[in-house]
Amino acid sequence: MDFSVVVEYFPRLLEGAWVSIQLVMISIVLGGIFALPIALARISPVAWIRAIPFAYIFFFRGTPLLVQIFLVYYGASQFDVVRESVLWPILKEPYWCAIIAFTLNTSAYTAEIFRGAIQAIPQGEVEACKVIGMTKTQMYRRVLLPRAFGIVLPAYGNEIILMLKGSALASTITILDLTGMARTIIARTYTPMEIFLAAGAIYLVISIVIIAIFRQIEQRQNRYLGTLSIKVPDKG
Amino acid sequence: MIDLHGFGDQLLQGAIVTLELAMCSLFVGLILGLLGASAKLSSFKVLRWIAHGYTTIIRGIPELLTVLIIYFGATSVLMAIAGMFGYDEYIEVGAFAAGVTALGLTFGAYATEVFRGALQSIPKGQHEAAIALGMGPIRKFYRIILPQVWRIALPGLGNLFLVLLKDTALVSVVGLDDIMRKANIAVSSTKEAFLFYLVAAFMYLALTIISMVFVSYLEKRASRGLARG
Repeated sequence: MDFSVVVEYFPRLLEGAWVSIQLVMISIVLGGIFALPIALARISPVAWIRAIPFAYIFFFRGTPLLVQIFLVYYGASQFDVVRESVLWPILKEPYWCAIIAFTLNTSAYTAEIFRGAIQAIPQGEVEACKVIGMTKTQMYRRVLLPRAFGIVLPAYGNEIILMLKGSALASTITILDLTGMARTIIARTYTPMEIFLAAGAIYLVISIVIIAIFRQIEQRQNRYLGTLSIKVPDKG
Repeated sequence: MIDLHGFGDQLLQGAIVTLELAMCSLFVGLILGLLGASAKLSSFKVLRWIAHGYTTIIRGIPELLTVLIIYFGATSVLMAIAGMFGYDEYIEVGAFAAGVTALGLTFGAYATEVFRGALQSIPKGQHEAAIALGMGPIRKFYRIILPQVWRIALPGLGNLFLVLLKDTALVSVVGLDDIMRKANIAVSSTKEAFLFYLVAAFMYLALTIISMVFVSYLEKRASRGLARG
């Protein structure tokens, strides 16, 4: 094995890594925004409102991400209506197709995480809100959502890491993300092991950074739980 | 009815390959998971380090990259090893073997954590009782520990299997004739991408539902010895 190729192409790999990070960040933010209404509809007391997000979540969690990307990228262009519509400039770009597929996918997973968190809040707190006469909106804005945010964090951190790993699939629709860039370099240098291992190492570093950031936010968000963060002064 | 242009049989054949790949990877992954969990709970520091490194690395890099590394890398590694023994012919690792290795490794890394939790939740008294009855370590494991670990680990393993089932689609990237690749072939000849990828999606969905039903049956079976409350 000759790791001098890794040194030579390292800047290109970092370029790819930046594309991966962009894809993950945009999809996670958009996915999070979509996930909230989906999660709220999912716990609606009305049966048919519950059914729609259930089907949506079931489809996106039950099928491979690869199929979803291909459905958006190759599938959408099958229809003339799509090709003639105003959305076509967006839908013909692999970059935006990847973001659409990732957003749909991650919003399904995130909605389930949100739902779990909202339902994990003790019933007594909901009752307390009603007793002091909060409206439903106030109750969600002041109590349920901030509480759910604290509960959601560890699972949300995992979801971002899963999304980072899923973003490697962008390389299958010609995007030069970290994996795509690695494959392009390999096509030129014929050194699969070295370059793929280097790419793997970069993914690992990004995951570790994400985990570290989430530890910080978690500590901050759950600081009212106290005890853990109280420092016992050293003796003498 | 939807017109599949005669590709229906092809897709079904793909489904069989997908299932074969999933089952083989499951087998490899379960063994790796049990080994990994035992290593993590071992009293030898080196074993704990190896298991920790294994789970951290595999869980930190994308499954697609694992598949690519095994598929392209295994050939050069195997040839280097064979070269040391004086064998110079070209060795090719097939997509199926590479897929089983990569997905087995992935499943094993996650299963390690599931098994570790389950192993730790077996009360110490169970170990002591088995030893008091004069069982050796292997018999104790098979007769006392494993059946209980199995019951506790099943829900977690069931979830991992659903993830594994979806990850099998990645092996189509290196040319395995599974559902996904059959769909690709159908798309390239009929140009009806949406139709065939949607059919593929629903085939995966069907496999997922079947697996869920089967896992819940296994869960019921595994806990049949417990009193129902």
